[in-house]
Amino acid sequence: MKKNEFHEEFIKGIWRDNPVFVQVLGMCPMLAVTNSAINAIAMGMATFFVLVGSSFLVSTFRHLIPKQVRISCFIIIIATFVTIADYTLLALVPAVHKELGAFIPLIVANCLILGRQEAFASRYPTKLAVMDAMGMASGFLLALLSLGSVREILGDGALFGMKLFGENFEPWVIMILPPGGFLTLGVILLFFNWFRLKKDEFLEDVAAAERGGN
Amino acid sequence: MDNLLWIFISALLVNNFVLTYFLGLCPFLGVSGSLETSARLGLATTFVMLVTAVCAWVLNTYVLIHAPYLRLICFIVVIASTVQFIEMLIKKLSPALFRAMGIFLPLITTNCAILGLAIFATNRGYGFWEGIVYALGAGIGFTLALVLLAGLREESELSNIPKLIKGTAMNLIIAGVLSMAFMGFAGLFSSA
Repeated sequence: MKKNEFHEEFIKGIWRDNPVFVQVLGMCPMLAVTNSAINAIAMGMATFFVLVGSSFLVSTFRHLIPKQVRISCFIIIIATFVTIADYTLLALVPAVHKELGAFIPLIVANCLILGRQEAFASRYPTKLAVMDAMGMASGFLLALLSLGSVREILGDGALFGMKLFGENFEPWVIMILPPGGFLTLGVILLFFNWFRLKKDEFLEDVAAAERGGN
Repeated sequence: MDNLLWIFISALLVNNFVLTYFLGLCPFLGVSGSLETSARLGLATTFVMLVTAVCAWVLNTYVLIHAPYLRLICFIVVIASTVQFIEMLIKKLSPALFRAMGIFLPLITTNCAILGLAIFATNRGYGFWEGIVYALGAGIGFTLALVLLAGLREESELSNIPKLIKGTAMNLIIAGVLSMAFMGFAGLFSSA
């Protein structure tokens, strides 16, 4: 196994196959808890722990799990890790745990996690699966953080609880309410669309130039 | 009786699962391409929700009192087996519907709306009938949001929109506007 391959599995989750911006998975926690940057980080870390832990177990036991009941097995493994994360957060940061509320147990239902078990961890060796999980989880954390920061800055005029603007700033309260989540993510996806269109145009130009040259 | 009605309306409109709690977004964005499919998926989800509510009540009353830390695992196993059962049923009864729903049918298991329903109902300490009414309201609310978005999407397929905004970005912005409209229901009960 080359070192390059590990690197590749890690990087793809952060940019090329970013779970949120490209694959549009795991939207529920994504939108529900990103009304402040702190919440976004707590949710991102919890998801990171659950995804890496369950990918490790699933990939280690992938030959033992019968095909017919694999989904149920994955879900039980995931649910166990989520319960651990739930109780750990409750013990360490009770305030954040209260804020996130029912959305911590709902990590179980994050399609990103089950999707990775089904598509990757159950087919590849442990090392690769862990790398893949770490990449995907980092991409997810990054997406949560960017959405959470934008919403907190616009909706509350603050970042990590610190006020950024003077007294005159009128917060866009709508941004920390549910519609703000949809709108912010919509605009971020617009940016990604624009980026992809530009890239396609560029590639076409290069191809045309090469044909012309020959 | 009033209380039950309140729970129903609240789950249906004021605290709509999709547009206020962001639950069940994967099918919301994935399947809502056509009215027909989204209506059927909505019905299937409502049915699963009703079954879930009953299961959650039974588990809460008889099993989980003794072991609260098993709550999550219990819920998810019961829901997963229910969905598997329904999947087999649909496959047998209507292969066309089975094809139409594709990947999203097994994914009802990981539909946060289903698990969210069980957890919210538990957190609020709903009894048997309250749980059923809550599930019904949430399910119909889910269907409503799905059908509304599907209608808007079908319409937008035919109109001339910039290539840039097509796809998920536009659906999310439409959902944002819908969500704003649903926020109008928030004042429904505060004065009463």
